[in-house]
Amino acid sequence: MSNATTGPDNLTGVTPDTGLKIGQSDESGPMLAADGTPLKKSLNRALRKQKIRALALIAPLLIFILATFIYPIGEMLFRSVENQIVGEVLPRTVRVLADWESENDPVPGDAVFSALTKDMMVAVEEKNHTRLGSRLNYEVSGVSSLFRKSGRSVDDFGEVYTDQFIALDPAWEDPLTFVSIFADEAWVEADAAYDGEGRRPRFLLRDGVGEVLPQTASMYRDFARVVQTEDEDSPTEEDVWNSVYLALYEDLSVQPDIPAGLPQAEMLATARGAVADFETADLRAAFVDVDEGWEETRVWQTIQQYSAPYTTGYFLNSVDLQKTPDGVDWRPENEQIYVTLFIRTMIMSTIITVSCILLGYPVAWLLANLPASKANLLMILVLLPFWTSLLVRTSAWKALLQNQGVINDLAVWIGIVADDNRLALINNATGTVIAMTHILLPFMILPLYSVMKTIPPSYLRAAKSLGATNVTAFRRVYFPQSVPGIGAGSILVFILSIGYYITPEIVGGTKGVFISNRIAYHISTSLNWGLAAALGSILLAVVLLLYWCYDRIVGIDNVKLGG
Amino acid sequence: MPVANDASAFVEFDRVQKSYDGEQLVVKDLNLSMPKGEFLTMLGPSGSGKTTCLMMLAGFETATHGDIRLDGKPINDIPPHKRGIGMVFQNYALFPHMTVAENLAFPLQVRKMDRNTQEEKVKRALGRVQMNDFAGRRPAQLSGGQQQRIALARALVFEPELVLMDEPLGALDKQLRETLQFEITNLAHELGITVVYVTHDQTEALTMSDRVAVFENGRIQQLAAPDELYEEPQNSFVAQFIGENNTLEGVVAEITDTTCVVKLDSGEVIDAVPVNVNKVGDRTKVSIRPERVEVDTKKLGPNAHTLKAEVLEFVYMGDIFRTRLRVAGNTDFVIKTRNSPDQTKLTPGTTIDIGWLPRDCRALDA
Repeated sequence: MSNATTGPDNLTGVTPDTGLKIGQSDESGPMLAADGTPLKKSLNRALRKQKIRALALIAPLLIFILATFIYPIGEMLFRSVENQIVGEVLPRTVRVLADWESENDPVPGDAVFSALTKDMMVAVEEKNHTRLGSRLNYEVSGVSSLFRKSGRSVDDFGEVYTDQFIALDPAWEDPLTFVSIFADEAWVEADAAYDGEGRRPRFLLRDGVGEVLPQTASMYRDFARVVQTEDEDSPTEEDVWNSVYLALYEDLSVQPDIPAGLPQAEMLATARGAVADFETADLRAAFVDVDEGWEETRVWQTIQQYSAPYTTGYFLNSVDLQKTPDGVDWRPENEQIYVTLFIRTMIMSTIITVSCILLGYPVAWLLANLPASKANLLMILVLLPFWTSLLVRTSAWKALLQNQGVINDLAVWIGIVADDNRLALINNATGTVIAMTHILLPFMILPLYSVMKTIPPSYLRAAKSLGATNVTAFRRVYFPQSVPGIGAGSILVFILSIGYYITPEIVGGTKGVFISNRIAYHISTSLNWGLAAALGSILLAVVLLLYWCYDRIVGIDNVKLGG
Repeated sequence: MPVANDASAFVEFDRVQKSYDGEQLVVKDLNLSMPKGEFLTMLGPSGSGKTTCLMMLAGFETATHGDIRLDGKPINDIPPHKRGIGMVFQNYALFPHMTVAENLAFPLQVRKMDRNTQEEKVKRALGRVQMNDFAGRRPAQLSGGQQQRIALARALVFEPELVLMDEPLGALDKQLRETLQFEITNLAHELGITVVYVTHDQTEALTMSDRVAVFENGRIQQLAAPDELYEEPQNSFVAQFIGENNTLEGVVAEITDTTCVVKLDSGEVIDAVPVNVNKVGDRTKVSIRPERVEVDTKKLGPNAHTLKAEVLEFVYMGDIFRTRLRVAGNTDFVIKTRNSPDQTKLTPGTTIDIGWLPRDCRALDA
């Protein structure tokens, strides 16, 4: 192959590339067209119209594919690393928890529980805490109920501060007090003018209040947003959450300077003077009281580990690994399933592909060498399976292969198999291999046939006339030329079977299911889409890797579907 | 014609018949005997059975009846790979996945020759066809003529005594074909091999062969050396098929062993050599080669025939002039005259005298 393209000058006679050599004349400058423009340029101009037309022809398909195939797949694959939910639902907690070191302190400090109280309050009102619970439940079981239970009581946490503020000055109970401190005056006017038509004016925080009372401002803004969006009400009328009072207590405890320009500056100053003597609430005890899970280091470690917006967790999970405080480690033995499934998928797909080659090759040979009328009849038989539904064929195999099925009955009747020792042909790997070989066989036969059709019978005759026996002639002359067909068929069958889902689901039992069945389970039943996406990405990567290996070993230009 | 069962015969067909469908015979009673070293061409229109004969000899088709013998031994039951016959195919059949050298080494490898012998023989075979520089190429990287040379070298590399060629030059252009015709005959004579060559190109058959077997309708119509075939065709099919031929139809009026008188349908009476007419009253086709017709009748001897002819068409072909005439009612009577200095161009519409010697005028079957 290598010296094939090197020396066209060695040719003596007229060869196919003589015309080419005339084109590559030795002139120093570029070739010019008749009107003096460089030949390349005028060629490009001539071809541009063709190119545009070609592009216009494929544009509808391209757009369709992009919108319905490439984009959704990209979106799905992105889910395998996406993990924004923790940071979005628990922003304050995640920030405070960043400094926590589990070696020094098995459970984080009060600051974390205070942040958790505020985050949970918002999450509960926006109904996000259960979503977060199920997400974290993939990593540590039990977290889901932890979040659900805590969600039910979190609105009472910190009530002790509310009561003390109101005791100090009953005006603290009035929502308008908070509105006057935190709301932008323009918004107050707009909100007052709102008559129920159109969109409610969006809450705006007063300039500067965030510097004085950072936590309260942020908490109050969340409160106002939730009231507006979830309750469709005005913050001017709703009772302020306990967690806002909690934030106010914390802000005032650091004794900030209160600018005189701030509304209710006097009330705030009074409260600032009083907070030092306030009775404090033990928020940690409140959470632990609801569920002891909050005292488990594991739970907090998980929240900390998954606080980043992107995670490798799903991928680790899909190869039976997990994150532990000591780094990446194997999952417990009884939870390891994916590596086994991947290996099983690969091995069984290989077996199916090889069976298809063995069964399909002679049929394709016959097809290619029969006279056209008989070949057409045989071709119809090969294509017959395509005319019936996949589900019907698979179900038929179920009827044939089962313990009391046709094949077992026949085997017992002939006497090969004892009646009390019938063959287990279904709900295991054997069933999957048998049914899938049958279903994928046409995908092997068709490319093989179309390649064999192009091999003239004179090659075999020539080999025999040169002294080769039938076997040698086949092995050295016919078979190498049919390899591109085997390659194309194998790639087709292997890739199809690696992602096959329905047949293993129906006839595979537990021992004969593929990784795709697990992906389907996570998509539709467990709703762990991130894991499904990670498994799918790995599958895609494996297929691409195999494709690359194939290209390296056999060469992709050696794949022919005919012609 | 050599007789079957000749002791010196190298290749022999003995009453061979072949039918594909059990209803029609493609080859009807074929008898043929070839001595060693002969270059024999099977010539005939497509469907005449010539390729079937070749395939039976190669072993790819079995004879329905009769014996095929090679060097005295019947080979009907010997599979093709044991016959040791070299073969060149119409489409070359060079293995596309092997290089030129690998293609040539293939017959040596299956004969389990050692590597050195293989290399040496491949080199020698490539040298014979002047293709030594192309050993590393794939067939697809060669032109048609080069591929044909390689196919030839491959058929010769294992030194077979018999080589079969099935229209090997059919796909090449005229010039290349002529060069290769010459090369193939030279090579065959040099190596002393016996060649059976199938073609439907009569020029090829005439220029290359020692003998030509003209096939028609499953039978050999005539088996003879090229000059004999051209000048003494045994029947009207051969006369028509080989070269250009003028036919005048008529009835035998008188007949002796060496001459006969034919009364043409148009009324003229001419002398001819009786070839396969038997008795007075037989219908006959009288055959005269275009180049044996003389326009200048004075050049011919006294016993020559002269007829009036009307010039219908004149074609200038460079080295020769081809003139179509109306002679004795036949409007397709063609004469060829050399483009010599004294030759005049005939004008369509004029009437001239033409003539020929009676020995060039053969009375054949009707």
